[in-house]
Amino acid sequence: MAYHSVVLVKQVPDTANITGQAMKEDGTINRAALPAVFNPEDLNALEMALQVKEAHGGQVTVLTMGPPRAADVLRQALYRGADRVILLTDRKTAGSDTLATSYVLKCAVEAIGTHLAAWDLVFCGRQAIDGDTAQVGPQVAEKLGLPQITYAEEILALRNGEIVARRALPLGTETVQCALPCLLTVVGSANVPRPPNVRRMMAYKLAATPFDYPELLERWPEFETEEALDRYLAERDQRILVWNAADVGADYGRVGLAGSPTKVLKVDFVSLGASDNREVEDSPQELAEMVRELVQDYIL
Amino acid sequence: MGNNVLVFAEQRDGILKKVAYEMLTAGAKLAADLGGSVEAVLVGSGLDGLPDMLAQYGATKVYVADDPALGLYSSEAYTDTLAALAGQVEPAVLLVGATAMGRDLAPRLAACLGVGLASDCTALEIDGGQLLATRPIFAGKALAQIKLNSNPQMATVRPNVLAVQEPDPGASATVEPIGAVTAQMRARVVEIAGAGEGEIDVAEADIIVSGGRGVGGPDGFEPIRHLAKTLGAAVGASRAAVDAGWIEHAHQVGQTGKTVTPNLYIACGISGAIQHLAGMKTSKVIVAVNKDPEAPIFKLANYGIVGDLFQVVPAMEEEFKKVLAE
Repeated sequence: MAYHSVVLVKQVPDTANITGQAMKEDGTINRAALPAVFNPEDLNALEMALQVKEAHGGQVTVLTMGPPRAADVLRQALYRGADRVILLTDRKTAGSDTLATSYVLKCAVEAIGTHLAAWDLVFCGRQAIDGDTAQVGPQVAEKLGLPQITYAEEILALRNGEIVARRALPLGTETVQCALPCLLTVVGSANVPRPPNVRRMMAYKLAATPFDYPELLERWPEFETEEALDRYLAERDQRILVWNAADVGADYGRVGLAGSPTKVLKVDFVSLGASDNREVEDSPQELAEMVRELVQDYIL
Repeated sequence: MGNNVLVFAEQRDGILKKVAYEMLTAGAKLAADLGGSVEAVLVGSGLDGLPDMLAQYGATKVYVADDPALGLYSSEAYTDTLAALAGQVEPAVLLVGATAMGRDLAPRLAACLGVGLASDCTALEIDGGQLLATRPIFAGKALAQIKLNSNPQMATVRPNVLAVQEPDPGASATVEPIGAVTAQMRARVVEIAGAGEGEIDVAEADIIVSGGRGVGGPDGFEPIRHLAKTLGAAVGASRAAVDAGWIEHAHQVGQTGKTVTPNLYIACGISGAIQHLAGMKTSKVIVAVNKDPEAPIFKLANYGIVGDLFQVVPAMEEEFKKVLAE
């Protein structure tokens, strides 16, 4: 049996590989200087979905919610093997917390089922490296009324409308059996995501959303109008589908700041450094003294 | 809406997680500021004796959903059971430990109740009658202060950060059985495989002994494991050691691994990449052992030892054995 997988991905600031340029003098981070990347565990989720397709047939749809530039991660998904990609973008969703985000994503996943093709599996990365909340996966599952398998590391079996998967937990593993459809959040140890495929990079080298058209028209003035360019790209399967919140039937009262009970009051970047710093000689006497201090200070 | 604080007291196989006591201690203070009391909820099977333990740490009332169907954790059944309770008792604040179970359960429960959730909090206070939660973001490189305009105000709490009060052996709590909601249990655990015997989760450990590139190979973790065993500590690792395949990913500290807050962190052969430092810098005391006196880890260490870990770590272990034997 073939399976249709929907993969939810996010473009995030690259907090994992902070270079000197993004570090300020006081040891804090200049967020604006961080490049935007494909959230690492979302790549693991995409890889798991692509492997399901390769083993059983079917299709992989990748959805991201974000500003127009988030289409970059969709192109990355196309290069790796996604059959269809969708950019969900809407100014009114700016400032959404996880509750509002999961609501819009739920509407979008339902819209995929209604307007494009019924699905069997929803995949997300376990968490995004900007917020580290790990909330959106379980929240989308709850809102879709789906069972969830978080911390998924491997799909052991997929048959007869059921999935058996192994979860990687801090201490050991758990094998879970679950009826389809279901949602999985995938951990980084699940697989090694494939790199972009060169032939697919060539095939999708024009992939664009209408937000890219003004720039493309400057490069190719021969098209003259956005309509002509749009027709050209659509005919060649290079037009990235774009939806806004209304397209997926979302209620604007439940998105953005209005739909977000969580308010971030302030963010303080912390500097790295010890307040009380001491050098200990590599000698039995000094080590013994340190150990005594550690024990006496009730640390042990 | 009430003004009580409700703590989800996580247990597995009848053993309570320490974070439950940490949340009760913090919850009692929040409840006092709200003019309410702190209560706990237990979900599982065979929970006799546990309400008394929770009472000793401040719970004035313990709701108990004791049902054979809840013996193994189920996202759906635990969510539905707790949602029913929250709807009935209307706590002002609902706290869940930021453990593997809590991180699966709390977001689902928040979505079910339609409320906001502050994840992985390291400090909680009441400000103007509302919960003010502090949580690390960007893998610990920044702290965000969060308010939640919904009820209950939900937060998950990072283990090992909040202080635990001394238990009061004379304290008692009202125990109220509640119904288990088990109508939807589509995902079922069919097998559990433990980690190596006696291993402790780095995310919840009081003491961590960690190895990095300097250990040189899988066998290089031996002195680290020995010291960890002597101290009852968890074994941690840097990304370099995990990427090299010397130790499993579950041990990794730092970005894409885990952020940890032990009382004592002993870094052995770890130079101190920014991700690693961000992941362990909130440790109360840091000891670093490294050959390279210029290693960035020394900037963060309270005790820095320039030397060969294969000599220093066993020597340190001997000293700990002596002192602990006294």
